[in-house]
Amino acid sequence: MTDKQLRVSKIENGTVIDHVPGGQALNVLAIVGIDGSGGEQVSVGMNVPSDRLGRKDVVKIEDRELSPEEVDVLSLIAPRATINIVREYEVSEKLRVSRPERVVGVLSCPNANCITTEEEPVESSFEVLSDGVRCGYCDTIVRDEIADLIDND
Amino acid sequence: MRHDHLIGANQLSRADIEAVLDRAAEIDADPSAFADAHPDALLGLCFFEPSTRTRMSFDTAIKRLGGDSVDMGTVESSSVKKGESLADTVRVIAGYTDGIVLRHPSEGAATMAAEFVDVPVINAGDGAGQHPTQTLLDLYTIRENAGLDDLTVGVMGDLKYGRTVHSLAAALTTFDARMHFVSPESLRLPRNVRFDLHESGAVVKEHTDLDDVLGELDVLYVTRIQRERFPDENEYREVAGEYRIDADALDAARDDLTVMHPLPRVDEIASNVDETDHAHYFEQAHNGVPVRMALLDSML
Repeated sequence: MTDKQLRVSKIENGTVIDHVPGGQALNVLAIVGIDGSGGEQVSVGMNVPSDRLGRKDVVKIEDRELSPEEVDVLSLIAPRATINIVREYEVSEKLRVSRPERVVGVLSCPNANCITTEEEPVESSFEVLSDGVRCGYCDTIVRDEIADLIDND
Repeated sequence: MRHDHLIGANQLSRADIEAVLDRAAEIDADPSAFADAHPDALLGLCFFEPSTRTRMSFDTAIKRLGGDSVDMGTVESSSVKKGESLADTVRVIAGYTDGIVLRHPSEGAATMAAEFVDVPVINAGDGAGQHPTQTLLDLYTIRENAGLDDLTVGVMGDLKYGRTVHSLAAALTTFDARMHFVSPESLRLPRNVRFDLHESGAVVKEHTDLDDVLGELDVLYVTRIQRERFPDENEYREVAGEYRIDADALDAARDDLTVMHPLPRVDEIASNVDETDHAHYFEQAHNGVPVRMALLDSML
């Protein structure tokens, strides 16, 4: 499958997330909170050949337009992703991800002794560093394997 | 100082710290002058972990300011035992009191508590996180004995889980201090503390052997290595034995070395050090009252 073929299979309305690092598509869906239970139509291409990335994933979500805030959170695992908002089969907006200062409610703290891992009415909050994230509660810094922290609940 | 809460030492500027220490010195010189400073203040003591010095010195401090305290008691005797969340507990206690002193076994507990209440929250220790009021009395003790300028400090023991170490390291970055951290490899400073030290530009060195640096130190801050941090008893005994000091070991130190410890100690400082001029850890504990009086005076 090539980039050209992927562009041919258009969606009517929704969001196309392209240039996701190979193997991260399901994490992208987890970040935007899609697990299939909401009935969304989702197409996923995984490990598709890409000139820019070698292998890339592509995610197409029907009838859902990602907000700029949601797009920015994707920067944690897909810093080179491109996002097209599609309306009536045409690309109406092109978005690029930029690193947010903070991500809230998206990642789980890996520190089992962090207050956010207990039964408390609090959302996780991470400061985004240039090369990782830092828990806003317990200060734990994570540089690698950020995708492992994605909260799938 | 004007902060709504005191959560971590990293929120304190040098001016904030010096203001508290100056006020503590005034209190130390004439405690009776502050006896009616806060006659209506009621402080809530919420200790989810055991404490002797911190709990009693806060209790003493508020009473010496003319105020009073209410104590949640032990976890076993409170509604926490029934499964009440920390967020609910502090919201209820905030309704009774003018400020909350919180100790909790989870890192980030004080940060979260502060989000739920309108009264000042003072972090009295959150897991392996921070213990900023200990740091204020540590700095007071250092200032009294060695001064806070052109200072060389050694910190030895459990640097990974030691919350007093994390707060002290953060606060020392605001002073002209060279820091030497001495520990076994497995108990080195955690990544976030090293990150902040690096970002601050502080002069920091890490060692596994105290002998490498003892002769340079103005202050040696010793902390307890806890048995539960090691997989077996033998490994614990071997490591803990290497990070123990006695009067003979201090022969290699400068005559004016100040030895400190947040207490409680087990055997990491031998009792024969108590008789030397180096020992300042009991004085350090006594300083908890005037320093916490000064802090409460600035926050309530």
